[in-house]
Amino acid sequence: MDQDLKTELSKHGIFATTFEELYNWGRKNSVWPLTFGLACCAIEMIATTMARYDLARFGAEVFRASPRQADLMIVSGTVTKKMAPQVVRLYNQMPEPKYVISMGACAISGGPFRDGYNVLKGIDRYIPVDVHIPGCPPRPEALIHAFMALQDKISAQHLTGESRPRHLKRDLPSEFQVPELGEHGLEPQQNDEVFRNPLKVLQG
Amino acid sequence: MTQALPSEAEQDQVMEISMGPQHPSTHGVFRMDIRLDGERVLRLKPVIGYLHRNHEKIAEAASYLAAIPYTDRLDYLCSMTNNWGYALAVEKLAGLTVPERAEYIRVIVSELTRLQNHASVVGFLLQDMGASGTPLMYAFREREKVMDLFESLSGARMMCNYMRFGGVRVDCSAEWLSQAAKVVAGFNGFLDEFERLLTGNEILMARTQGVGVLPRELAINAGVTGPGLRASGVNYDLRKVDSYGVYGRFEFRVPLGEHGDVYDRYMMRVLEMRESLRILEQALRDIPSGPFMDPKARLRGLRPKVGEAYARIESPKGELGFYLISDGSPNPYRYRVRPPSLINLTVLEDMCLGQSIADVVVILGSIDIVLGEVDR
Amino acid sequence: MTLEEIRSRLEAFVPGCHAEIVVNGSPSAQNSLLIDRQHGLQAAMYLRDHPELQLDFCSNVTAVDWPDREKAEKIKTKRIVDGVEKEVEETKKTTIPGYLEVVYHLFSIAKKEGPVVLRMHTANRTDEVTLQSLTPVWRSAEFQEREAFDLFGIVFEGHPDLRRILMWEGFTDHPMRKDYVPPPDDDLEILAVSEPGA
Repeated sequence: MDQDLKTELSKHGIFATTFEELYNWGRKNSVWPLTFGLACCAIEMIATTMARYDLARFGAEVFRASPRQADLMIVSGTVTKKMAPQVVRLYNQMPEPKYVISMGACAISGGPFRDGYNVLKGIDRYIPVDVHIPGCPPRPEALIHAFMALQDKISAQHLTGESRPRHLKRDLPSEFQVPELGEHGLEPQQNDEVFRNPLKVLQG
Repeated sequence: MTQALPSEAEQDQVMEISMGPQHPSTHGVFRMDIRLDGERVLRLKPVIGYLHRNHEKIAEAASYLAAIPYTDRLDYLCSMTNNWGYALAVEKLAGLTVPERAEYIRVIVSELTRLQNHASVVGFLLQDMGASGTPLMYAFREREKVMDLFESLSGARMMCNYMRFGGVRVDCSAEWLSQAAKVVAGFNGFLDEFERLLTGNEILMARTQGVGVLPRELAINAGVTGPGLRASGVNYDLRKVDSYGVYGRFEFRVPLGEHGDVYDRYMMRVLEMRESLRILEQALRDIPSGPFMDPKARLRGLRPKVGEAYARIESPKGELGFYLISDGSPNPYRYRVRPPSLINLTVLEDMCLGQSIADVVVILGSIDIVLGEVDR
Repeated sequence: MTLEEIRSRLEAFVPGCHAEIVVNGSPSAQNSLLIDRQHGLQAAMYLRDHPELQLDFCSNVTAVDWPDREKAEKIKTKRIVDGVEKEVEETKKTTIPGYLEVVYHLFSIAKKEGPVVLRMHTANRTDEVTLQSLTPVWRSAEFQEREAFDLFGIVFEGHPDLRRILMWEGFTDHPMRKDYVPPPDDDLEILAVSEPGA
């Protein structure tokens, strides 16, 4: 339906919508994050939920301790190699539709700790990430911005057609390979189904 | 340390659970392997390393200056005191002096750090106990005020990267000092409110008194430091013992506990906040004018003489030490952090044995650990 | 008590113990005591229980890796060059064998004194890396010695629970050693190097 017509109708007390819009509107305003703090960024994540920044305004105040009840994983901090299998396992335990915000420089690329022998160089090597927020740590406003970006992403999803999201495509996986702790590091070093290696992307 | 195993008839009741690394009340990625008989804890082994991000190795490859931002991220609630510990170690190693004004600024920001850390700790402790939301909300409301001060001083809320060996990075303005005085003046009211809510609270007392008792001798032998040690009745506060910086000039008491249980550890935090406020009032009143950096201190390309130094400060968690060995090159040959959070965990099993599983969470919350420092 | 007094008492009262003062050249002037590896435990007991010392608090335990070092010395020798005796400078290289070192920082809570710094060396860096654990004397060493075992590969004899602590079981390297090389990651640093020309 034409957006101008809808606005005009609403002025006359008539509310017109589509099922898709209603469905996405409901989903985007009740995203429940997983209670899952990794490092420094977790403190800013807690600050975001507290009185001053009040993430509850966006319908996301219900932090669930169990991945089975959560829709959103905020990877808030450095993912070490020792922790990476658990992060992937938690992601696998979340029901679809599920989203990931990669919060802070460490979760994106390893950040300042990139040179560490036990530091994973970005969680996107193993699980798909929806929103990245840079910062060390990102301010609460940045996390709210990331959350709004995620809401925009959800409300733009189509329920039918080729562009429908992953959780509506039967043949796409919702669980990803859990890396193993090897003798010298993680095996494999990345999941090629998920990770878009910028080096290879640039080389074509 | 481990108790005798139950008899065979009881064996089938014994349950082994792994608590963490993802658990709502484990303060980050901390894991415990617990053996339970019903609800009673028979054995508890901490499993750590899930946030081991190689701070020491990275700092050994970096210059002395470049390690300061990494110290921010050790105990990420208290970046200012971490900075100070490291700066003090380098000052000892290289023989640098700190101007008086900088010493006062250091005291002010460190005591502000202690305030917000202790308030948050009590909030988290109550959160773990089931007082969902309210105490933590109050604590974080006050914490935000301190964060604002840090932000206007250093440019960052949490990772201040503020101190330098030989002083501090930027001077604080008179306006900032009056802002800080306002926050300090308002904090007593918050503490009164907090205490009305908590100190005499029946549920809090029932959950914490007599729980997780840490005997005095064990506390000393196991190297427990900070409020945990003083709750067991040991008068050992590095601000008094070492009088580093200008702490010798301030009048304040060292609160001591009697029973060494969780309630005493809670009270230590509240009482220490009151003492911090006293120090802050004196420091804000007496701060002299003058330079804030030692003009002789070389930040870039510092090459201390061959040798080593160990320096320690009273961080909100306990004794935070830095041990540096210089081989004369621009980066430290050995860089070691003595993490109070890790060493305070040594006695976790002793405190939890025989207690119920629900108390484990409370005892852990009363130790006050931050995983960034436990694992480094 | 000065460090020299502590040293002579240790040698007198702990039979067979050999202690040596290691001078620290930095302005901190924290000198330390190097104890031989057979008597670490006994010396520690003595230091903790001595009424004048009462070093009841072992604050910091850590390890240091000292790989094989080459020491170059310039030696003047006399040689006959072209029939004339001349003084010639020659560099002589000697290899100092490497070892692992543990450092203990001890304080006294009772007397509010310290630090007294203890050091012990392993025989080498490869197969003889055993030292006596001081955990029976100070519980605070428990996790810190495990850390030294994990990251440096020092084996502590008499430790109640010597397992890896920060890295996982099954990890085979000792990453804090100076010669540790991390596994080659599929890293993007290559990009930064190759970009300008590309």
